[in-house]
Amino acid sequence: MKKLIVIGAGMASGRMLEHLLEQGGDWDVTLFNAEPRGCYNRIMLSPVLSGEKTYDEIVTHDADWYEAQGITCRFGEKVAQIDRTAQTVTAENGDVLGYDKLVIATGSAPFIIPMPGHDLEGVIAYRDLEDTQRMMSLGKGNKAVVIGGGLLGLEAAAGMQARGVDVTVVHLMGHLMERQLDEAAGYLLRKELVGRGINVLVSTNSKEIVGQDGHVKALRLENGTELPCDLLVMAVGIRPSIALGKDAGLAVGRGIHVDDQMLTSDANILAVGECIEHDGAVFGLVAPLYDQAKVAAKTLMGEDAQFVQRDVSTKLKVTGCDLFSAGDFAEGEDREDIVFRDPARGVYKRLVLQDNKLIGAVMYGDTADGNWFFGLIKDGTDVSDMRDTLIFGPAYQGGAAADPLSAVAALPDDAEICGCNGVCKGTIVQAINGGAQDLPSLKACTKASASCGTCTGLVEQLLEVTLGDAYAAPAAQSVCGCTDLTHEDVRRLIKSQELKSQPAVWQELGWNTPNGCHVCRPAVNFYLLADWPLEYQDDPQSRFVNERKHANIQKDGTFSVVPRMWGGITNPAELRAIADAADKYNVPTVKVTGGQRIDLLGVKGEDLPYIWADLNRAGLVSGHAYSKGLRTVKTCVGTDHCRFGTQDSTGLGIKLEQALWGSWTPHKVKLAVSGCPRNCAEATCKDVGVICVDSGYQVSVGGAAGMDLKETERLVDVATEQEAIDVTVAFVQLYRENAKYLDRPYKWLAKVGLDWVKERIADVDERARLIAAFELSQTIYRKDPWAEGAAKPRAFAALADLTLEAAE
Amino acid sequence: MSWIDIAAITDIPLRGARVVKTPLGCVGLFRTAEAEVFAASNTCPHKGGPLSEGIVHGQSVTCPLHNWVFDLNTGQAQGADTGQIQTYPVRLEGGRILLDGAAFAKRSAA
Ligand SMILES: Cc1cc2nc3c(=O)[nH]c(=O)nc-3n(C[C@H](O)[C@H](O)[C@H](O)COP(=O)(O)OP(=O)(O)OC[C@H]3O[C@@H](n4cnc5c(N)ncnc54)[C@H](O)[C@@H]3O)c2cc1C
Ligand code: SF4
Ligand code: FES
Repeated sequence: MKKLIVIGAGMASGRMLEHLLEQGGDWDVTLFNAEPRGCYNRIMLSPVLSGEKTYDEIVTHDADWYEAQGITCRFGEKVAQIDRTAQTVTAENGDVLGYDKLVIATGSAPFIIPMPGHDLEGVIAYRDLEDTQRMMSLGKGNKAVVIGGGLLGLEAAAGMQARGVDVTVVHLMGHLMERQLDEAAGYLLRKELVGRGINVLVSTNSKEIVGQDGHVKALRLENGTELPCDLLVMAVGIRPSIALGKDAGLAVGRGIHVDDQMLTSDANILAVGECIEHDGAVFGLVAPLYDQAKVAAKTLMGEDAQFVQRDVSTKLKVTGCDLFSAGDFAEGEDREDIVFRDPARGVYKRLVLQDNKLIGAVMYGDTADGNWFFGLIKDGTDVSDMRDTLIFGPAYQGGAAADPLSAVAALPDDAEICGCNGVCKGTIVQAINGGAQDLPSLKACTKASASCGTCTGLVEQLLEVTLGDAYAAPAAQSVCGCTDLTHEDVRRLIKSQELKSQPAVWQELGWNTPNGCHVCRPAVNFYLLADWPLEYQDDPQSRFVNERKHANIQKDGTFSVVPRMWGGITNPAELRAIADAADKYNVPTVKVTGGQRIDLLGVKGEDLPYIWADLNRAGLVSGHAYSKGLRTVKTCVGTDHCRFGTQDSTGLGIKLEQALWGSWTPHKVKLAVSGCPRNCAEATCKDVGVICVDSGYQVSVGGAAGMDLKETERLVDVATEQEAIDVTVAFVQLYRENAKYLDRPYKWLAKVGLDWVKERIADVDERARLIAAFELSQTIYRKDPWAEGAAKPRAFAALADLTLEAAE
Repeated sequence: MSWIDIAAITDIPLRGARVVKTPLGCVGLFRTAEAEVFAASNTCPHKGGPLSEGIVHGQSVTCPLHNWVFDLNTGQAQGADTGQIQTYPVRLEGGRILLDGAAFAKRSAA
């Protein structure tokens, strides 16, 4: 009888032994296992944790089974060493056993981030029964933190939550399960988990584990927040257990190297399961391990077999989270996406095609067709014939796309349609039936959509629903090819559905691309930021390069830098700093701009943080000459020096600039203040212009001096400087809240009408609300982006320089 | 192929890009999803716009100068524009980005 020693009684070795015994063969088998038990179905630990199964139900090979097969079991015993020349293994207690063949199936070990406190009592991984029992013993009302929002972490979190534990998941990446899901599916998953009461923090880094008397007490995040907990589960990844093999001198990489026959670099030693590396790949799911087990058994029998890597699919074993992902949707070449979203049902599907074949699929909410898609992926079926209907699955019978009108049809009669004028659906439908059969006549008789215009889309849909084919809607311009919605619709829905992230917008509003395009992303980014200044995190990657780099890109790829000069005022020290910077960074052109600022043109991208730091040192901050935000407030000299000046126009200009700087707006905003009607600051062609007069201040808005030429129109006359500032701030905020992205104020005014704006500004409560909303937003955004950028110069430099290496 | 470890994928912002200097000029590394990176020339064939400064969406990038859109898989300009940028092999391993050094050396020798 040949002696076979197997190290590890996990899922891979269990399966291998079954195959081996099935095929007969004359083996004297000894099985070592570090865990004090035989083989159980490790993947069912999660149902055990959540209480859906018991441990007994998931045991696959118990002591009796092994005994019946004549296998000597050494449970709870580790193998300490392998001696390949002597062909022996040494057990922990010193026993030395000889072998003819050896199978290493040691699986993998959970990775523990070596952050301070990781060795405290109460910090565990999620790998075996002991870990599961620790989590199960945590009573109702206790707190747990799970680090890691991957498969394991989420199953641990959901399992504990089902037992009444108060769970928080902390995930480093921007969305959950990023290896298996794309952002949209990750968003839906998060929404589901949050809905169940699990606290989920993404894009969050942990700093240290805080303990008390040797026991875990809390997790401290990088931003200083502390999350109190009684148990901390780290589920951040696994590492193949290769120590035994490596010490024995076997070839190893990330795992123990094996060939297609599961042979290691020593012909008498095989390896299977998570501890191996085959053709560059390591494994973390059971399907391929079972294939390996079969091959290993054959190899031991002296038969010919080959292990071939195949695609795997993933499901999350959390009841109620329907999720499926398979194949490769994350990497590859020459590929195309098909995206389907049904916001009402919370369904998202994405297929990835390459060369007319399906290579990847992600599904959330409706995974019924998952296996069918997986089959197409595995078989490499040519799907060109089904392309158009593929996403609807095998049972496709002409399934029509979701009808956008049905949502409007379903609204109750008392649903408010026009917020400005308080018009409800019933009133509008009545008016339509009464003969008002197009938008202008409806506006005239109900006032619906007659003010700010954001409900125009809704009113038109009501016309369509009520009149059916009799109504031919004027084709509304959608934001871009990624959606059928107009800017106005998107703005309205972001507010009414309280959408606070970009993935939320893409999913809930049915975007037909994975993550938008260069047209919609900047718009959506602005809308979110304008509506939810505290909750939404600005996304620099959804900004045009100028705003991302806080400098203007020039045609040769260099940048221009404009320091802020409040109200156009500067001094010799600032001028000296600017001159020094121009010298130091070889600025080829120094120019005074139309807005009374100094422009340094031709700065190299990687020099930006350094020139900013230099300018910052002289007290200069970014002039935002690149932003869809406040650019400049131009001023004349006013009463300080001019014999005609009626008020301190320079002073007011400075105050306005200090109130408004840093704010993001739908388009750039420029202001000017002139000290008398001679208007030396050319205030009457700005977005907001103030003319000082003896009796006070004339505030006018909606001027333009770019592609269009337009004189401002008078908004209001006020007596005091403070009122002039208040009115300006309120106007800018109204514009931020309502205008379409990339409409300058004059374009927006043409749509909503100056009268509507005058009414809003005249309304004392509304004016106060607008000012408060603007101030709130400014608590976050009134800051110098240059100072922030100057602190991280590496982000502006090349990632690597291969000019030397690659030339070798 | 000779794979060179360049950086961690997290060194590139999600849907952002960074450049790598090579003997063939700047190559952009474009991160399109949490775990997806493409490598392509940084120079727009239209008027030389720096593509790594553009907006990355889907598996494409839009040139910041005049909005040409390039598919990062093929390097092909999309829509009505015609042109192509060179793409390069790139691999992800354990969160590290690997570029094939040979791809740059070979072409520079040719
Ligand atoms: C909670 C959980 C849920 C999972 N869910 C899924 C899922 O849904 N789908 C899926 O496909 N996969 C899932 N997996 C992964 C799957 O369980 C593993 O891929 C599989 O169990 C690996 O099998 P293995 O035999 O290689 O290693 P293991 O099953 O880990 O077995 C290795 C055994 O070797 C023992 N050992 C290690 N070193 C020594 C030594 N020196 N001497 C003696 N014994 C030693 C270990 O104690 C262990 O018992 C899950 C894993 C976990 C932890
Ligand atoms: S606008 Fe009037 S106050 Fe100002 S500089 Fe000209 S003339 Fe003097
Ligand atoms: S330079 Fe790229 S589009 Fe013109």
